[in-house]
Amino acid sequence: MGLRKIVDNLKPAFSEGGKFGFLASTFDAFETFLFVPNTTTSKGAHIRDCNDMKRTMIVVVVALLPALLFGFYNTGYQHFLSQGVAPEFWASLWFGFLKVLPLIVVSYVVGLAIEFGFAQVRGHEVNEGFLVTGLLIPMIMPVDIPLWMVAVATAFSVVFGKEVFGGTGMNVFNPALLARAFVFFAYTPFISGAEVWIAGLGSGEGVVDGFSGATPLEHMATDGTLGYSALDAFLGFIPGCIGETSTVAILLGAVVLLFTGIASWRTMFSVFVGGLAMGYLFQWTGVTAYPAWWHLIVGGFAFGAVFMATDPVTSAQTDTGKYIVGFMTGALAVLIRAVNPAYPEGMMLSILFMNALAPLVDYYVVEANIRRRNKRVKLAK
Amino acid sequence: MSSKNFKYLTGPFSANNPVIVQILGICSALAVTVQLKPAIVMALSVTVVTAFANLVMSLLRNGVPARIRIIVQLVVIAALVILVDQVLKAYVYEVSKQLSVYVGLIITNCIVMGRIEAFALANKPWPALLDGIGNGLGYGLILVVVAFFRELLGSGSLLGYRIVPESWYIAEGGYYANCGLMLFPPMALIIVGCIIWVHRSRNKDLQEK
Repeated sequence: MGLRKIVDNLKPAFSEGGKFGFLASTFDAFETFLFVPNTTTSKGAHIRDCNDMKRTMIVVVVALLPALLFGFYNTGYQHFLSQGVAPEFWASLWFGFLKVLPLIVVSYVVGLAIEFGFAQVRGHEVNEGFLVTGLLIPMIMPVDIPLWMVAVATAFSVVFGKEVFGGTGMNVFNPALLARAFVFFAYTPFISGAEVWIAGLGSGEGVVDGFSGATPLEHMATDGTLGYSALDAFLGFIPGCIGETSTVAILLGAVVLLFTGIASWRTMFSVFVGGLAMGYLFQWTGVTAYPAWWHLIVGGFAFGAVFMATDPVTSAQTDTGKYIVGFMTGALAVLIRAVNPAYPEGMMLSILFMNALAPLVDYYVVEANIRRRNKRVKLAK
Repeated sequence: MSSKNFKYLTGPFSANNPVIVQILGICSALAVTVQLKPAIVMALSVTVVTAFANLVMSLLRNGVPARIRIIVQLVVIAALVILVDQVLKAYVYEVSKQLSVYVGLIITNCIVMGRIEAFALANKPWPALLDGIGNGLGYGLILVVVAFFRELLGSGSLLGYRIVPESWYIAEGGYYANCGLMLFPPMALIIVGCIIWVHRSRNKDLQEK
């Protein structure tokens, strides 16, 4: 094991008292990235699992891969379509890869630099959470967004969404969605409208006359149609944020998450139920003219339900709470979509809002449980 | 000026700042700091009101029965605020329009009544006046810092003068865009939070356990 030996040789210099002792947490981060740590828990009783935090995060990254790969392909596909060129598979994939890669690099470099900096100053280990956040951020951005905006948004979300609360596991809001919310409110023209979702459409160069980049969501908000076939929307051949378009790819990721038990099926399931229930309510009362299930296959609904609402830190912790929070997330997203003309998409705001309410829901679930058990004690007497 | 009196004046600038240590007057700090100019005018107005309210209440402190002191305070503050409002309307009408109701709302600014209750009613007029000026300026200092960042990053200008060149903007072929979030009140809260963060990390004795 050559690598193990190199790491062991370097270790004394990076430990406390060593030459690079001030970089101890940086070294630790890389060491545990390469090898499963052999340290044991020093106090308290813990249920141990072979799956530690880094491995958990890697599984989520794997679950994101189908959506990301399809995002590459769809970026190229939509671009070539807007140019009037027949989209070939490999050319589209390559074009999308080159377009999206800079976003991913910027998000990881900025986010990890801040994480390492904070870990160094505060003297704790570098947490793994950003491995997922750093990939989620580019996946929920429009493809043509200027890179420095991604950098500013990432910095904002890591510092104000996570580090001020105490780092990974202490955050109130989902950091990736916070980054998107920052861009949404700070640089609104770059993340809304019909021009930004397809690469090269904003500049207008070589775009076919009369080509509209409007997303199905915008169609639904303005003229009540989908603009694309429902099958296209389900498979993902629609304009939108990089990773959110393909419901199929997202469901593949969901299978991975549910099979490994990392994401809660309760949350995921109840988000879809909530969205569908609210959708049908609007359909029956005549507020919206389109079928309710359209909501589930367009925009960020599926992506949010599978990867964002299930975030173990910001979602509810109790089982009953997960049902409640999940249901309200889905219902609220559809409510915003259908009722507020300013926001064709409501998933981001509804998840962030329910993040804020999740601790409250948990509190009442726990209180109700305590009351129920107290009652039982009294009855026994 | 004795060193004790000097402390009344300068204490509120940093160690006893009304906004970032006592957490008073946050509401107006969020409302009037989109641009620098209204923030400066607001800071001066509040300084005048706190200074003279402290002075007047300190002079009256032995003649006012404790039970009706709040009403008396309100009369004094309201009179001062109306005076300030009239002066602003007469000399800087545009800014006065921009500040709109917030000049009138100085009456409800927690700093004014807080300083009267906490200081002026128990001290002689001269220290009370200094305390009022100090707290007004301490409040104004934070207002100006917040407004500086909000106007610079949100509008690309300072005091109405353009700082970020037009050619930098994406519409003109550059790479820059103003941060629209800076124009919303929540961002003022985050900037105040940052100021508190820096301030606490430099003043260890203020850190909460």
